[in-house]
Amino acid sequence: MYNFNALYEPKDIAEALALKSEHPEALILAGGSDILIKIREGKLAGCDLINIYGLDELRGICLEEDGTILIRPLTSFTDVSMSPVIREHLPVLGEAMNQIGGPQVRNIGTIGGNICNGVTSADSASTLKAYDAVLEIASLKGTRVLPYLEFNLGPGKVDLREGEILTGIRIPKESWSDTYGFYTKYAMRRAMDIATLGCSVNVRLTKDKKQIDRLRIAFGVAAPIPVRSPKAEAAAQGHAVDEALLDLVAQASLEDVNPRTSWRAGRDFRLQLVQELARRSTKAAIERAGGTING
Amino acid sequence: MANREVTCTVNGKQRTFLIDVRSSLSDMLRGNAGLDSIKHGCDVGECGACTVLIDGRPFNSCIYLAIWAEGKTILTLEGLSDVKGAISDIQQAFIDEGAVQCGICTPGFIMASIPIIEAEKPASREEIRRQIAGNLCRCTGYENIVTAIEKTQKKRIAEKQGR
Repeated sequence: MYNFNALYEPKDIAEALALKSEHPEALILAGGSDILIKIREGKLAGCDLINIYGLDELRGICLEEDGTILIRPLTSFTDVSMSPVIREHLPVLGEAMNQIGGPQVRNIGTIGGNICNGVTSADSASTLKAYDAVLEIASLKGTRVLPYLEFNLGPGKVDLREGEILTGIRIPKESWSDTYGFYTKYAMRRAMDIATLGCSVNVRLTKDKKQIDRLRIAFGVAAPIPVRSPKAEAAAQGHAVDEALLDLVAQASLEDVNPRTSWRAGRDFRLQLVQELARRSTKAAIERAGGTING
Repeated sequence: MANREVTCTVNGKQRTFLIDVRSSLSDMLRGNAGLDSIKHGCDVGECGACTVLIDGRPFNSCIYLAIWAEGKTILTLEGLSDVKGAISDIQQAFIDEGAVQCGICTPGFIMASIPIIEAEKPASREEIRRQIAGNLCRCTGYENIVTAIEKTQKKRIAEKQGR
């Protein structure tokens, strides 16, 4: 038995928004793999819940007419990684989500929950940041659109205002086309573990595959929130595809991160991981794009 | 707190349970349905001892609200036996390979292995390990569990090809 107080059960999104507006303190319950556990641990015992898990209109992935990838927030990690749209156009996102927990957790956990939870270690976060994902956030007043880069306000804090619910995650075509990504998760175990550090890189190469046309890089657990490294991206712009590029990306990344020491790892180790993962993810992304280091 | 009727298919039979809305699926299956293969291990989705299949996929029933089971098809270890109560090939393989010691984790491991042994393509030992990564065993060291699953998978594939 879970120790929660009220359980509100909307039948559709409109009712969910009305309930959220009426009960601002109530938590949105998606797959529950964070909330139900925190209730068991006592941290959220006695809370009120708005159960949206059954709202199938908030589930699924499609390609919109203009080529935008639309991911509805209740899509499970398993369904993201198995989605034909994701496999064809954004495989790095499915690969990142396939590294979360174990099969049971991936079947219940949702991509919306992963990012609304607001933790820096969310495995989907760095890839969504690196692809300039755009969030659709609804309330009774209407819908607003927010770049995911602006969503995290602090550890566990996201820009969901009173009465608001995340209803969509979009990745524009310009962001994914001709672009190849790679996510590296460093953790003590290969399953059921939280990242010590995560790094997602994607590149678009010039036609001759000799230079970087665009490089985007984001880290998880390298700062209080998932972050991009504008310094590394600027340094890579137009650079030849060579070993010097990898050194440059690794070095420049250090300027945009601020990892902490926790029981999982010390700050110094995390700083070393920032460089090493930046290097490995960049190299792998370039290879996926058909480039060769020093080719 | 309100009580609620939940109707779902459990091991091939449609059943209706009267439950407290705060129940987990593991509470409902073990408490109301009397299915004792569901183990309350960690109760926070870490150990996999409460694993059941919901619409064919493995879930930790301890972190799943019982009310979410409405209309779903659930399979537990009890549903693997045939009509006469004889155990299935995967259960026999766990016995034969010494994949059972204290036995607490066994039902969860067997349920997590169902999608592997029912798949069209054989999984490597490494892939099997990945698929049972959500289940913990503190006795066997896993080797014999992987062997039991691998053996049953090969047997099932051979049976399909034989037909």
